[in-house]
Amino acid sequence: MSSTGDTLRLRESGYVSKRTGTRWMVVIGLEVHCQLKTRTKLFCGCEYRFGAEPNSITCPKCTGQPGALPVLNREALALAVRTALALGCEVKEKSKFDRKHYFYCDLPKGYQISQYDQPYCTGGGIRLAHGKFVRLTRIHMEEDAGKAIHDRGDKTLVDLNRASVPLIESVTEADIESAAEATEYLASFKEIVQYCGASDCDMEKGTLRCDVNISVRLAGEPLRTKVEIKNLNSFRFVAAAIEYETARQVEAYESGDPAQFPVQETRLWDPNLGVTRTMRSKESAHDYRYFADPDLPPIRIDRAFIERERSSLPELPASRRERYESAMGLSAKDARVLTAERVVADFFEACVRLGGKAKDCSNWIQNELFCMVGDAEINAATFDEIQIRPHDLVSVLELIEKGVIQGNAGRTLLRAIVKTGRNAKSLVTELGLEQVQDTLQIETWCREALVGKDKIIADVKSGKPNALNALFGPVMKASGGKANAQVVRETLQRLIEEM
Amino acid sequence: MSAYSELDAVALAAETSAGKRSAQDNVAACFAAVGQLDRELNVFLNTDRLRAEAAAIELDRRAAAGEELGALHGVPIALKANMCTVGFESNCASRILAGYKAPYTATFVERLVAAGAIPVGMTNMDEFAMGSSSENSAFGPTRNPWDKARTSGGSSAGSAAAVAAGITPIALGSDTGGSVRQPAALCGIFGFKPTYGRISRYGLIAFGSSLDQVSPFARSVRDLELVTRLMSGTDVNDSTCLDEPELQLEHGDVQGLRIGVPKEYFADGLEAGVRARCEEAIATLERLGATIVPVTLPHSQHAIAVYYVVATAEASSNLARFEGVRFGARVEGDGSLQGMFAATREAGFGPEVKRRILLGTYVLSAGYYDAWYGRALKVRTLLRRDFETAFESCDLIVGPTSPEPAFELGSKTDDPVAMYLSDVLTVPVSLAGLPAASVPCGFTDVGGVRLPVGLQIIGPHRADARVLCAARAFEAATTHARERAPAFAHGGAA
Ligand SMILES: [Zn+2]
Repeated sequence: MSSTGDTLRLRESGYVSKRTGTRWMVVIGLEVHCQLKTRTKLFCGCEYRFGAEPNSITCPKCTGQPGALPVLNREALALAVRTALALGCEVKEKSKFDRKHYFYCDLPKGYQISQYDQPYCTGGGIRLAHGKFVRLTRIHMEEDAGKAIHDRGDKTLVDLNRASVPLIESVTEADIESAAEATEYLASFKEIVQYCGASDCDMEKGTLRCDVNISVRLAGEPLRTKVEIKNLNSFRFVAAAIEYETARQVEAYESGDPAQFPVQETRLWDPNLGVTRTMRSKESAHDYRYFADPDLPPIRIDRAFIERERSSLPELPASRRERYESAMGLSAKDARVLTAERVVADFFEACVRLGGKAKDCSNWIQNELFCMVGDAEINAATFDEIQIRPHDLVSVLELIEKGVIQGNAGRTLLRAIVKTGRNAKSLVTELGLEQVQDTLQIETWCREALVGKDKIIADVKSGKPNALNALFGPVMKASGGKANAQVVRETLQRLIEEM
Repeated sequence: MSAYSELDAVALAAETSAGKRSAQDNVAACFAAVGQLDRELNVFLNTDRLRAEAAAIELDRRAAAGEELGALHGVPIALKANMCTVGFESNCASRILAGYKAPYTATFVERLVAAGAIPVGMTNMDEFAMGSSSENSAFGPTRNPWDKARTSGGSSAGSAAAVAAGITPIALGSDTGGSVRQPAALCGIFGFKPTYGRISRYGLIAFGSSLDQVSPFARSVRDLELVTRLMSGTDVNDSTCLDEPELQLEHGDVQGLRIGVPKEYFADGLEAGVRARCEEAIATLERLGATIVPVTLPHSQHAIAVYYVVATAEASSNLARFEGVRFGARVEGDGSLQGMFAATREAGFGPEVKRRILLGTYVLSAGYYDAWYGRALKVRTLLRRDFETAFESCDLIVGPTSPEPAFELGSKTDDPVAMYLSDVLTVPVSLAGLPAASVPCGFTDVGGVRLPVGLQIIGPHRADARVLCAARAFEAATTHARERAPAFAHGGAA
C-alpha cells in the first residue's frame, strides 16, 4: 500500500523524452502468476509448505516418475473459479489442460501442464481509481516448476518441492499506460485475490510473480515492438523496470539508428544495477509444442459449481471502502488501510457490529493492534496471529468511554488481554487500572509535581497554557497512569492560579 | 497333480488353494522353466526368484492359516518391463532406464498381487514398446517358441513368449497399436486388449497415452477374463480410467450374434495361410450360430499414417522426462545442462525411439501442427466413426490379427515402414479405443515351419464381455489353443 502515494505523484499521461521533449505513449500488459492456497498440489497429494527441506514434499507424480499420472485437485479448481468470479471473468463450462514442452532441470516431466487455447476463463478486469478499466484477456491454471539452485558450488541443485504447485496466470490486455497504473493494478489484483482466499500473494515467498510486456509509440501510431521483462519480485521493481525500460526504448528510437531499435525479446530486471538486460531473443524462443494432455480428461465446470463459489465470495475491498466512507464516515485513508487485508477488515466490521464506534475502532486497530505485529512480547507475525477477539477491543473502548479507565490504561489493558487471553473486566481490577477520581489524592500528586518548577509556573501565569504539559506528565506518571486526566489538568491550573 | 505348465491360471489357483500344490511349488516350477528356456528365448530382462519365493512362502502361510485366498492364489505372472513394480527393474528395454527401479507399484500389479499373483520378472520388449518384433530391445530380441529363428512379435514379446513357452500361465503386456494382440497371434496364445480406460494406466510407463492399454496374455479365455476383471475399475491415480469394475459375461456362445467381416481386412497382402485359417474361423463361428455380415471400414487405409502421427507425438512428449536429471543413465556431455540432456538422450535411446521422437516432435511443432497432428486427430475421429457405423449392422467384427505369421528375425529391420505394416490390422482398433482379442485359429506352413495364426475379435466400445464370450465359444469349439510350441516347458511333474 505504501506505493499509493507514489502512484498519485507519478501519474501522468505518457513519457516525455528528456532529450527531445517528445511525448511518447507507453503500452503495458501484465502477466501475473499467483500460487493458489490449496492444501495439496495441483496434480498430486503432496502438501506443499514454503521453506521445507528440499525434495521432502515430493511423490512419483510431481517428480515425473515414469508411469505416474496427474490427477486434478478439485480444490485448486474451486479457488481458480472464485478468483475468476471476483475479477468478473466468464468461467467456461468446458476447458482443457495442455502440455507445454521445454527442457530444464527443474521441470520433471519435460513439459508443464498448462492451459493453452482453452483457458478456464476469459474476460473480466479491474477498474482503477481514476476510472480506467484494465481488461483481462484470460486466466489459466497451470502447475509450477521446481527450483534450480545455482549458488551452491559448481553443481546445480534441484528442489522439486514446488513442482506441480497450482498457479493461475492472468494476462491483461495492453491497457496500462504507466508504472503508476501498473502498480495500482497489481495492488488491486493482489487485494482481490487475497480476499477470495485464493492466494497469499506474497511476492517474497514467490506466491505472486509478475512479467511485464512493454512497448512505446507516438500518439496515433500502431503498436511498436514489444519487450517482455521477467524477474520482477516486488511492486517497486515492476515500477522501476517499467520506467527504466520506457526510457531505454525511447532513447533507442530517438537515436534514429534502426540497429539500436528495440527487438522482440525477453529481458531480465537486474535489481542490483536497476537495469533490464537481454535474456533471450525471439529467434531463440521456445517452440512449446502444445497439445492436449491425454492424461487429463477435459475440465467440466457446471453452473451449480460456479454459483456455489459465487455465493461464498466475500464482499470485495472496493465495495467495503465505499461503505466505510459513506456509511461509517471514515476517511479515504482509513478505509484503504483497513481494507488492505481481509482479516483486518473482517475484524473491524465485527467490532462495529458489536457496538464499537467506527472511528474509535479504526484508530485503535491502526494505532494499537498494528503495532503488536512483530512486537517481541506479543509473538504475532501477522495481524491474524494476534490473540484478540473483536469483543475484547469493544470492551476496552466501552471502559474508556464510561470513564472506568484512562486511554493509557486502555492500551495497557489491551496488551494484557492479548498476552493473557483473559477478558477485559477481570484484568481491569487485577491490574488496578481504574481511574483515580479522588481529588485529594490528585491534588497531593500535583503539589509534588509543582515543587521547584518556578519557571514553568511563571510561563503558565504569563499566558502560555502549553507550559502546563510539562507538569501533566509527571503527575500522570506518579498516578501510574490512572489519574483522571481532566481532573489533573484542572487541579494544576487551579493550584498555579492560587500561587 | 498336473504338470505346472499344463494348467491355466484358474486351474493352477484352484489346485493351489485346494492344497494340491503349494505356491512355492509353482514358483519352483516356473523358475525351472526359466532355467530351461530363458537363455534360448530371451524372455526376461530380469527375474527375482528370492522375491517370488518370499511371496510364495507368505501365500502358503495364509493358506495354512485358513485365511481367505485370492482368485490368483499362488499363480506366477510375468510383467512387461514397462510396468512399475517395487523391487524390479522397469527399464523398458532401454539403456536410458538401465537400473531404474520404480519407487511405486502400478495399480494393476497391486490388484493382481492382492489376488495372490506372484510377479517373477520383467519381460523383454521393444524399447519403450516401440516395435513389432522386439528387435528394438536394447537387450536383444525374444525368440518365438514355435521357431527360434523368428520373432515372437512385439512389442510385448517376452510376455507372449513366457506364456507360449509355459513359463507362466499368464503374463501382462501393453497394447498401444497391437503390441499384445500381434504377439499373441504370432505365439499361438490368447491376448486381449480391453476398451481404452478399462484398466488404470497408473504405473505403466507411457508410450502413447491416448492408446496405451494394459492387456493380458493367457492360454485360456477364462484366464483373460479373470485377469481383466481383477485389474478393472476406477483408480484415484488415473483420471482417464473408466468406471467399469465388472466384466459381465453375456452368454458363453455366439448364437444369434451378427459378426461383421470387413473387406478391408481381407485385402491383398494377406499371407495365404492366414487368410485360409481366418476364413475357416469365420465358418466355425457361423456354424456356432452367428450370422456373418459384410461390413466396411473405409478409412482403415489411413490408420497406420494416423497412428504414426498420434503415437509419436505423444511419445515425444512422454519421453521428454528421460534426460538424466532424476533417474536412469546420465551422460555429462559438454558440461552444460542442455549438453547433458542431449548427450544422455543420444546415448540412452535406440534408433527407433529416436526416429519416433523426431517424428513426434516434428508433427507438433509450430507451423506443422495443423497439417500433421491436427489433421491426424480429425482422421482418427473418422476411423472411430467407421467402427460406429459398422457396429450398427453387427455385434462383433472379426478378421486376422496380423497379416502374416511370425517372420524371421532380421527380415524387416532395415525397412521401418514394412515393420509398421505388420500392425495394419490392429492399429485401427487402437485408434478407436475398442476392445479386441486375438485367439488362436490354426496354423500355416511357411517353408516347412508350422506357425500359429490369430483371429482378431473386435467389439464396440465397452463391449469387452461380448468379445470374450465369442472368444470363449470359439475356444470351446476348436483345439488350436491346446497345441504346444516346440519350446515348451514340459519337464517336471510340479
Ligand atoms: Zn507430489
